[in-house]
Amino acid sequence: MINATRNLGARGISAFWRAGAMARFFVQILANSRASFKRFELTVREIYFSGVMSLVIIMVSGLFIGMVLGLQAFETLQKYGAEETMGVVVALLLVRELGPVVTALLFASRAGSAITAEIGLMKATEQLKAMDMMAIDPMARVVAPRFWAGVISLPLLAALFCATGIFGGYIVAILLVGVDAGVFWSNMHAAVDFRYDVLNGFVKACVFGVAISIIATFEGFDADPTAEGVARATTRTVVTSALTVLLLDLILTGFMLRGD
Amino acid sequence: MSPPPTTTFVEIDNVDFSYGKRAILKGISLNVPKGKVVAIMGGSGCGKTTLLRLIGGQLTPSKGSVRVDGQDIAALDRDGIYAMRRKMGMLFQFGALFTDMSVFDNIAFQLREHTTLPEEMIRDLVLMKLNAVGLRGTAKLFPAELSGGMARRVALARAVALDPMLIMYDEPFAGLDPISLSVVGQTIRKLNNALGATSIVVTHDIMESLQIVDYLYFISDGSIVGHGTPDEIRNSQEPFIRQFVHAELDGPVPFHYPASDYGEQLGLAKFVPSEARK
Repeated sequence: MINATRNLGARGISAFWRAGAMARFFVQILANSRASFKRFELTVREIYFSGVMSLVIIMVSGLFIGMVLGLQAFETLQKYGAEETMGVVVALLLVRELGPVVTALLFASRAGSAITAEIGLMKATEQLKAMDMMAIDPMARVVAPRFWAGVISLPLLAALFCATGIFGGYIVAILLVGVDAGVFWSNMHAAVDFRYDVLNGFVKACVFGVAISIIATFEGFDADPTAEGVARATTRTVVTSALTVLLLDLILTGFMLRGD
Repeated sequence: MSPPPTTTFVEIDNVDFSYGKRAILKGISLNVPKGKVVAIMGGSGCGKTTLLRLIGGQLTPSKGSVRVDGQDIAALDRDGIYAMRRKMGMLFQFGALFTDMSVFDNIAFQLREHTTLPEEMIRDLVLMKLNAVGLRGTAKLFPAELSGGMARRVALARAVALDPMLIMYDEPFAGLDPISLSVVGQTIRKLNNALGATSIVVTHDIMESLQIVDYLYFISDGSIVGHGTPDEIRNSQEPFIRQFVHAELDGPVPFHYPASDYGEQLGLAKFVPSEARK
């Protein structure tokens, strides 16, 4: 019992310590961000690896999820003769919730893990130390461009996820169910509010982008410089990112509800 | 304690360093004269690499001072350390080449980061550095396509990309075949002479070091236990140096790690007298 309490306490302290270290790391990234914008090609290169290379998984997932949402919405709405509002259900679910959240989860698995593994391996093979000895700060040259690439990529990927998802819903509604295309789009246009729905979804995606990018770069930078250490860090990135995204989504949704 | 008097480039004075409670270096003092190649030798884990990190400003001594080109490294702020490191080149034990860049880009990296030279000039400089280590033909290859010896030579070309005043080598001969080892050794000497630089070679390869260096220091258990020119080292009667140079199995560095009585551990204590067990 005493041991269990002691272990729990030790884990709590360790988690608290890591959170503090991550916060300091975030401040360091911000302090070393000048090169990421002054030499924007460094960030663009990372946007290619994190963002462009994630396009296939994001768009294919978006399409399938949109189609599934369409089918599920049809299943329920047809009981009330309201299948014309399928577009509204699909669009609101995607823009408000599924777009930012599922994109963030996929991004953490596809790009976040890759960022952690890359930085971790650079550390294990002394590449970061070599860079530091060349009077080039790895925070500015390696970490900050990857961080900003994640922050920029995630909202764009979420927008593409929503667009392909809505297209998936359109395929189901128009081609399978036979809803009129004009009604589908006009209902959606009337129900989706730019500020309340689209902008809030965008804010969520930005927040998730910051969170995943901090976690992925921190875990890589903090990894034990061994094969096992890098593997553990990669796993931690995916697990911590997923839990953080879901917790942040709960908090943000609570703040964003209009209550009317 | 010092080599023949010339202008000193690196001056280490009574330096202590510990990782937590574990003392790594104890009262180390040594000088590296300008333009010379100096080897720091000793067994694995004796503190050689720590010494290089102290010179490079990656670690700070708990006592004493490390002066490079007249400046106390511990007194420099981050900008000062980075300005100092621009005068230094370092070869890491396993090369530490950037794996996502070609050989050419690895060597061009510092030139692009630290200078505003046009790309044509960078190209010429990179090819010259690669030619100096005999690997101009590998410019388009990636580090994964190089052998261990080639990777070490590319790392050597990268270490001297900015024509540094001080070049530090961390175990440059580790894991190399005899031909690569000799090529790397000769290249270290030639580059030092061609650049008019000062070199510090941390190694435990005594035979190769005696061929190429001007002066040697021996470290054991965090302290300097001997030093001299290659000829003095070859003829030294100092027990540690003799054991090291002649690769003797036992001596000041014992073959056995401290352990409890062997006979007792095997349960033979009552049968064999303790004197006989030794």
